[in-house]
Amino acid sequence: MVKEIIYSLKSPYRESLDVTAFNFGEGKKSVAVVGAFRGNEVQQMYVCSQLIQELKRLEAKGEISPDCKITVIPCVNYYSMNIGKRFWTMDNTDINRMFPGYNLGETTQRIADGVFTSLQGYEYGIQLASFYQTGKFLPHVKLMETGFTDKELLKLFGMEFGIVRTPRPYDTTTLNYNWQIWGTKAFSIYANETDIIDDRSAKIAVQAILRFMSKLKIISKKVHAAYNTEIISESSIKQIRSETGGIFVSCTEVGNTVSEGETIGKIIDPLDGETKSEIKAEFSGIVYFEYNKPLINENTVCFKIIKD
Amino acid sequence: MIKTVTQASLAVNENLTIKKNVIKNGSSSKRICVVTGIHGDELEGQYFAYLLGSYIKKNIDCLDGTVEIYPALNPLGVDSITRGIPLFDLDMNRIFPGSKDGTMMETVCSAIIDDITGADICLDVHSSNIYLKELPQIRISVPTAKTLVPFAKMLNVDFIWVHESATVLESTLAHSLNMRGTKTLVVEMGVGMRITKEYCIQLFKGALNLMKNLGMWSGETKPVREPIISVNGAVGFVNSRAAGIFVPTANFGDHVHEGDHIGDVLNPLTSEVEAEITAVCDGMIFTLREYPIVYGGSLLARILSDTPEEAVTKGGDQQW
Repeated sequence: MVKEIIYSLKSPYRESLDVTAFNFGEGKKSVAVVGAFRGNEVQQMYVCSQLIQELKRLEAKGEISPDCKITVIPCVNYYSMNIGKRFWTMDNTDINRMFPGYNLGETTQRIADGVFTSLQGYEYGIQLASFYQTGKFLPHVKLMETGFTDKELLKLFGMEFGIVRTPRPYDTTTLNYNWQIWGTKAFSIYANETDIIDDRSAKIAVQAILRFMSKLKIISKKVHAAYNTEIISESSIKQIRSETGGIFVSCTEVGNTVSEGETIGKIIDPLDGETKSEIKAEFSGIVYFEYNKPLINENTVCFKIIKD
Repeated sequence: MIKTVTQASLAVNENLTIKKNVIKNGSSSKRICVVTGIHGDELEGQYFAYLLGSYIKKNIDCLDGTVEIYPALNPLGVDSITRGIPLFDLDMNRIFPGSKDGTMMETVCSAIIDDITGADICLDVHSSNIYLKELPQIRISVPTAKTLVPFAKMLNVDFIWVHESATVLESTLAHSLNMRGTKTLVVEMGVGMRITKEYCIQLFKGALNLMKNLGMWSGETKPVREPIISVNGAVGFVNSRAAGIFVPTANFGDHVHEGDHIGDVLNPLTSEVEAEITAVCDGMIFTLREYPIVYGGSLLARILSDTPEEAVTKGGDQQW
């Protein structure tokens, strides 16, 4: 393993921001894995750290294939992580909305450029992504459909679901989108949590990445099969939104199968405790997303269900 | 008359309510909308909204048509000095046109767009951010320039910046309305978290002039200034080369020459000058950094180049 500072930024009042990559193997740039761009993406950083542990063991056993280089960047924006901020410390901009970056632009454009430059030329790119919505997800792999990456590759991760997303205008400045435009086949893995560590989901994510590399013979270790991945379009996932604001109580959990008409949650009045709204499954399927904060506003997505 | 544009229930005993003031007189169907407060830290539009509304109400007989004033599209942000939408950490000006079947803020954005659609003109008043101060200006994307520049010239601003369109800006209120055929002009002036009275008065005079040109205002108006019109590329960006505190030596609105010393980035710990900052082209400083702490890359100034054909394209910014 070779540690490498891929980008360094001088700060007026803090130690330099040194974005660090962990490189395994030598030769052809095969896979790059990137973790936290935001200060709350602790789970994403943790998944990378656990992947690095696995890759160290594989490298020691000679199980990284010849002429294959794997790089892992666990955390880009640890400045924000260390002070409990989500976005960039100075101007609150989101590094993952600055790609492909610009080396003469503003600070976060320069950071994005520095990271993106070091990630050029990899055949496959995997980002440990988080959602802006608050809640728990079923671990899954996602592909932003740009026409540059074969959807069938999603199956190599062996996760339960492979989700295909049609990009929206604000997606065009993300790492995943730009990676694909620049010739890297890119995927996003969602490991359930964001600002807390969920070790079980982290292990699922690490195994999925290793399985992907094993199937592509980037590592020689055999990784056990998991799911026969079902590929679905993100637009086919049904959202259930809150009819009103209040205290949210879930009556199910992510991964459960629910039946049409089943009560899966309720919203109670935060002042007198009366039930204001019962949330019912509008169709049968698997709970793919569950809101997980106690307070909820009107029209907030409280569940997403993959329809049977 | 104060009207509710849209409403959504918040968690505890409160609604998120978007309001507008509808001022109507005469028989004309002409309608202009003034919207502001998409970014909760931009407050120049608050005083402008007051000036325009109060003056029209006092001189209501001069109005023939409808003026609708939406002072706070992001009321929770304005109330809490939050640029984005509190709770979500999202920039509201990146989720338009919204969706009727979407999340709370998507449905709010959709209702706002529906409410404004059909107006003869919409003014979307911004005030930069807390880092940069701007001369009163109107920003227009290239594809809409032919339609919008004639109206922008009526608004008494110092200049009109016609810039390249970027895909990410397709999620703005202005883009969404322009795509629906509702002519929308984006005003940038002043600085975040402050009110610059003279700029608000300048734009107020321009708004009355616009209304007169639309045939919906018969009251007195003053001649407006002739704006400089800058096509894309005629702007020089000055980004910091170093981290430290930026102390300008040039002033806002100064005419400078390429290589002129316009400020320094200083190190308060070592007492050293980290970088001498110079102008990247001949022209007028129309943006100047207000917030002194800078990193490498922080935008320090924008200069409106005297010679568009030799425009400086180095540097850049993402603060829209």
